[in-house]
Amino acid sequence: MKTLLLALLLSFAAAAAAIDRAAVEKLATGEADERSAAISALVAEADPRAAEVLSALAEGEMQTVAGKDGARRVLIVRGEEAVDAVTGEKVTPLPEEREDAIANNRLRGQIEGALAALKLLSPERETRLEAVKQLAAGADEALLPLVQKALAKETDAGIRPTLELIAASLAMKSGTKEARVAAIRRLASSSSPNSRTLLAAAVNDPDEDIRFEAQKALREVQASLAWGERAGLLFAGVSLGSILLLAALGLAITYGLMGVINMAHGELIMIGAYTTYAVQVLFRGTPYFDWYLLAAVPASFAMSAMVGMALERSVIRWLYGRPLETLLATWGISLMLIQAMRTLYGAQNVQVENPAFMSGGIEVFAGVVLPWSRISIIAFAALVLLGMWLLLTRTRLGLFVRGVTQNREMAACVGVPTGRVDTWAFGLGSGIAGLAGCALSQIGNVGPDLGQGYIVDSFMVVVFGGVGQLAGTVYAALVLGFANKFLESWSGAVIAKIVVLVFIIIFIQRRPQGMFALKGRALDS
Amino acid sequence: MKRRMFIKQLALAASVAAIGMGSTSLYAQGKTVKIGVLHSLSGTMAISETVLKDTVLMAVEEINAKGGVMGHRIEPVVVDPASNWPLFAERARALLTQDKVSAVFGCWTSVSRKSVLPVFEELNGLLFYPVQYEGEEISRNVFYTGAAPNQQAIPAVEYLMSKDGGSAKRWVLLGTDYVYPRTTNRILRAFLKSKGVADADIMEEYTPFGHSDYQTIIAKIKKFSSEGKKTAVVSTINGDSNVPFYKELGNQGLKATDVPVVAFSVGEEELRGVDTKPLVGHLAAWNYFMSIKSPANTEWTKKWATYAKAKNIAGHKDRPLTNDPMEATYIGIYMWKQAVEKAKSFDVDKVRAAMAGQTFKAPSGITSKMDEKNHHLHKAVFIGEVKADGQFNVVWKTKGPVKAQPWSPFIAGNDKKKDEPALMAEKKK
Amino acid sequence: MLTETFTRLYGPKGWIAFGVAALVVFVVFPVLSLAVPPDSAFHVSSYWVTLLGKIMCYAIVALAMDLIWGYCGILSLGHGLFFALGGYAMGMYLMRQIGREGQYQSDLPDFMVFLDWKELPWTWWNTDQFWWAMLLVVAVPGLLAFVFGFFAFRSRVKGVYFSIITQALTFAAMLLFFRNATGFGGNNGFTDFKRILGFTIATPETRMALFAVTGAVLLATLLGCRYLVTSKFGRVLTAVRDAETRVAFCGYNTVHYKLAVFTLSAVICGIAGALYVPQVGIINPGEMSPANSIEIAIWVAVGGRGTLIGAIAGAGIVNGAKSFFTQAFPEFWLYFLGLLFILVTLFLPQGVVGLVNKLRGKAA
Repeated sequence: MKTLLLALLLSFAAAAAAIDRAAVEKLATGEADERSAAISALVAEADPRAAEVLSALAEGEMQTVAGKDGARRVLIVRGEEAVDAVTGEKVTPLPEEREDAIANNRLRGQIEGALAALKLLSPERETRLEAVKQLAAGADEALLPLVQKALAKETDAGIRPTLELIAASLAMKSGTKEARVAAIRRLASSSSPNSRTLLAAAVNDPDEDIRFEAQKALREVQASLAWGERAGLLFAGVSLGSILLLAALGLAITYGLMGVINMAHGELIMIGAYTTYAVQVLFRGTPYFDWYLLAAVPASFAMSAMVGMALERSVIRWLYGRPLETLLATWGISLMLIQAMRTLYGAQNVQVENPAFMSGGIEVFAGVVLPWSRISIIAFAALVLLGMWLLLTRTRLGLFVRGVTQNREMAACVGVPTGRVDTWAFGLGSGIAGLAGCALSQIGNVGPDLGQGYIVDSFMVVVFGGVGQLAGTVYAALVLGFANKFLESWSGAVIAKIVVLVFIIIFIQRRPQGMFALKGRALDS
Repeated sequence: MKRRMFIKQLALAASVAAIGMGSTSLYAQGKTVKIGVLHSLSGTMAISETVLKDTVLMAVEEINAKGGVMGHRIEPVVVDPASNWPLFAERARALLTQDKVSAVFGCWTSVSRKSVLPVFEELNGLLFYPVQYEGEEISRNVFYTGAAPNQQAIPAVEYLMSKDGGSAKRWVLLGTDYVYPRTTNRILRAFLKSKGVADADIMEEYTPFGHSDYQTIIAKIKKFSSEGKKTAVVSTINGDSNVPFYKELGNQGLKATDVPVVAFSVGEEELRGVDTKPLVGHLAAWNYFMSIKSPANTEWTKKWATYAKAKNIAGHKDRPLTNDPMEATYIGIYMWKQAVEKAKSFDVDKVRAAMAGQTFKAPSGITSKMDEKNHHLHKAVFIGEVKADGQFNVVWKTKGPVKAQPWSPFIAGNDKKKDEPALMAEKKK
Repeated sequence: MLTETFTRLYGPKGWIAFGVAALVVFVVFPVLSLAVPPDSAFHVSSYWVTLLGKIMCYAIVALAMDLIWGYCGILSLGHGLFFALGGYAMGMYLMRQIGREGQYQSDLPDFMVFLDWKELPWTWWNTDQFWWAMLLVVAVPGLLAFVFGFFAFRSRVKGVYFSIITQALTFAAMLLFFRNATGFGGNNGFTDFKRILGFTIATPETRMALFAVTGAVLLATLLGCRYLVTSKFGRVLTAVRDAETRVAFCGYNTVHYKLAVFTLSAVICGIAGALYVPQVGIINPGEMSPANSIEIAIWVAVGGRGTLIGAIAGAGIVNGAKSFFTQAFPEFWLYFLGLLFILVTLFLPQGVVGLVNKLRGKAA
């Protein structure tokens, strides 16, 4: 194995002529162990082509066709173009009867490790950085000499510490006692989950000194990991809070300000999500795909708002002042909207892809990844909130809405067109529900039942915060988000949800007006 | 190329027309036989079950076009039990007593099957159940065409323990809190113990129905997996929660090469709503994958695509997908047809007797056999890795069909159970 | 005195209708179902018996709902919970009645065996006794309603707030019962009952007996509710609905009235649930879903609030329509149902009964 890696190192210096046909064939068609050996052999081949062949297998681009003498000919196929894996010649036309050469996790892991190790010696800083990141998550011990070699050359302050860590973690498993103790001490300062794995194994070492050092180091690592976990939990709470907030904000207007118990609120969210899907379909295949959300946001707002206004004009308008009957009628509406979506798009989920910039995440602590999609949603929720606040406090429409909610008759007397304001306000609340749907489509599933999962939660948030209070809704969403996530890490998801609900019930029984109450003297509301 | 397509279409149209004309003469006497289709078309389960209804209708159309069953034209009675379990029982009773159907194809969840079971036993009906389930049941009125745990869960875990699967030593058993995951995990725990896995190396975690926020769970998995040894996750998360689970998994960067996740309820259909690029390499175990290479499968998927387009089935007309329960449904209906023809009667008792040992060349390319005794199919097990396009690469499969063990040997007391349905007389006493 | 009560409840026409209903339930149906041979055109199949039995259970729930919503103005969206609790209490008894005839020939219910439980949890204590189960049917929903209502009404939670927290209550309970660890069979709930009071449950005779008992309870509940709403108590209830503050200023403690009627309503629901379970053969947490509770309110709204007969009619119409549509138009029935709710709330605020009365008024 070591000689192999040495050969691998040499590969960058001297380009070899051709790669081993037999190894490539084994790689594509052999038994599992043969294929694994073929990977090692190909890495040793010391040719950029070998790297290309390996990555082609990992990416699922390798195919085989029947060759001349019964053997399989190995191709790398990208789209409609194929090249011979061994020679690199273009193959035209594309042969018909191709078979996929399939890599499983074991091979893929091996290839990724080997390719990353090769990249450690790359002159490009970016490539090296990527490689150390990958290896930090766990590397094969056979790579140690290579890592040490890289370490000797490495001067970049952004890469060197990680590389030292990788070297230490590899030295942990083998080497002299002194080297291992030094490695353990080095690992103590790391906060990577991989260090914990290594140290946890060393805690049971037969050597007492190593055991002692390992225990000490493990405590330190665990302490720093615990901070990461806490930070992760905090983020999870904020993230859930922002989702609850988005789902409930629309309801805070339609129910909180206007008093309409809109059981179809969830379906307005669902319409927003489906609109996002429809917009995405339009963008699919165009170079602007990554920006489809820019179009989807206004579209989902407009769509839900339009549906909402249509509902207000046709049904809800006749039921003002009869809240419980609104509840029943909107329930009927919600049933129809769900079934309509089933008829239009089918009962199964539809696929909403994240744009590239929203997939993946940022690693703030080792082991704690904050997904971009969730970060974006938090920012989006803040923006929507800001927009809504501006609209309600700084515009004429906002003034009218507040006026009508506070005193409908008086507002009408001073010339506010209350009927039209109702329609606009309901449209606004519905539109915001649509925005929530657009956001939710990025992290959850988009199906006809999407809204049903949020309706109870949304009502809880609005009631808990205090009806008619936007600030209350915000606090309530965050409090419930945190409470849920903290309980969940402690008691499991099912109990957490029940406890939160019971807490809300008891809270409302103690303080029926919610966290923030409108002050007033009326005995009846 | 284009011309060839045109000719194909022309031929297809001609054959359809011919069949259409043929059928009118074939059923001149107007002999029909009714079958019931009992799948939820609304409510929470519609997402999974609707397509099974269409599968039944496709098979019926096909059989009718070829002359029906014993010269009888099949008339499907489709009802909607609306994901409401008592309604399942009510509809089943209506199908058996009002419509007098010869067989019923339906149910997805265990609870729906448990709900209709007493009705089928009381009225001596015939139910074909097409979904993988937890086992622990053999009824003489049900034929189970989906997998029992030993035809899905145990081979998958064995694979992950093998060198090729990554030699996993620590296990997270993650599921939605209902009977299928609970029972499967209990069986798996016993199985893992028998392989020398300590209790400390197994983590069991359950989430409520419709759970959509998997941040904490994934953080827990990460923590557990960093506490030593190679970890694998066995997921029995129920249909709808899978999309948020996998989206979170992808975004949090938990890669299959580090912590592989093998799922028993995730197929092509469930991944429809997910961007699978970050999920490449995660696994699923089934008895059928759409990507299986066999002439039977190519023909079947093509048939489905044509049917979905012709019937304008939302979702499938643009992107037709087939999956394991669809295949099981299809096998079920053809086996029923064969059994009827063997028994030369639609009588339930005769058909039941004729079902034993029936074989059918399934789309998976394997010839499935209905066990002589235990009402379950012998099925091959495939393990697939997720590809970037939402399909699966089959990375492992059993040598041949595996006999079902509805009474798992890993549950205490099951060794005494008979591998066949209890007789009515025995049950009544 | 007695005759006075009689005339207070219904006029002569009403009593005749009541007698006809009793005759149909206790004589016509049993004869058509048991005595008439199955191939006769007049035979009533088991499907119809269970369907009508189920609808009668729903009608009892609708009466309970009408009592608090129609007469006292409190819309509870948690009545599905009380119904399910009664059902679960009955279900526990039925599970124990299976004895050793389950799949595992164990004294424990099957689901406990395959969760590897060794003994019954405390909640199951004494549930093999019918009287104890019946006590639970009444006591559990009653007690829960009493405690919940006590705190809610005391802190003057009303209107929409009350609706929403009752909805939260039933939702929380549903999640609790979904948990397998809670000990009530999780999502599967209880099924595969074998016998009740020693009689095999799947025979036409037992089924007919359950049908008749349900009918009797329905008619008795109807009379009981009628008695209540025509009494002074009922008039205070109506007053609370129309102007609670004014009633309070008159010296009535409205909390007591609301609490009493809420508890009573929950108990009636519990009884209906207990009758429902042996007839449909399953009880599971799905019954507690908020959607089910909303539907109960819809039956009452469709039939006509504040009229007892309306509640019964509403339960019958909606459930009958549901049964018919899910069979006749499986892909479209939700459109019909949704439209029905919208049209009724928009155009028939008094429900079907209101419509009938209006038509009659025009005709007269």
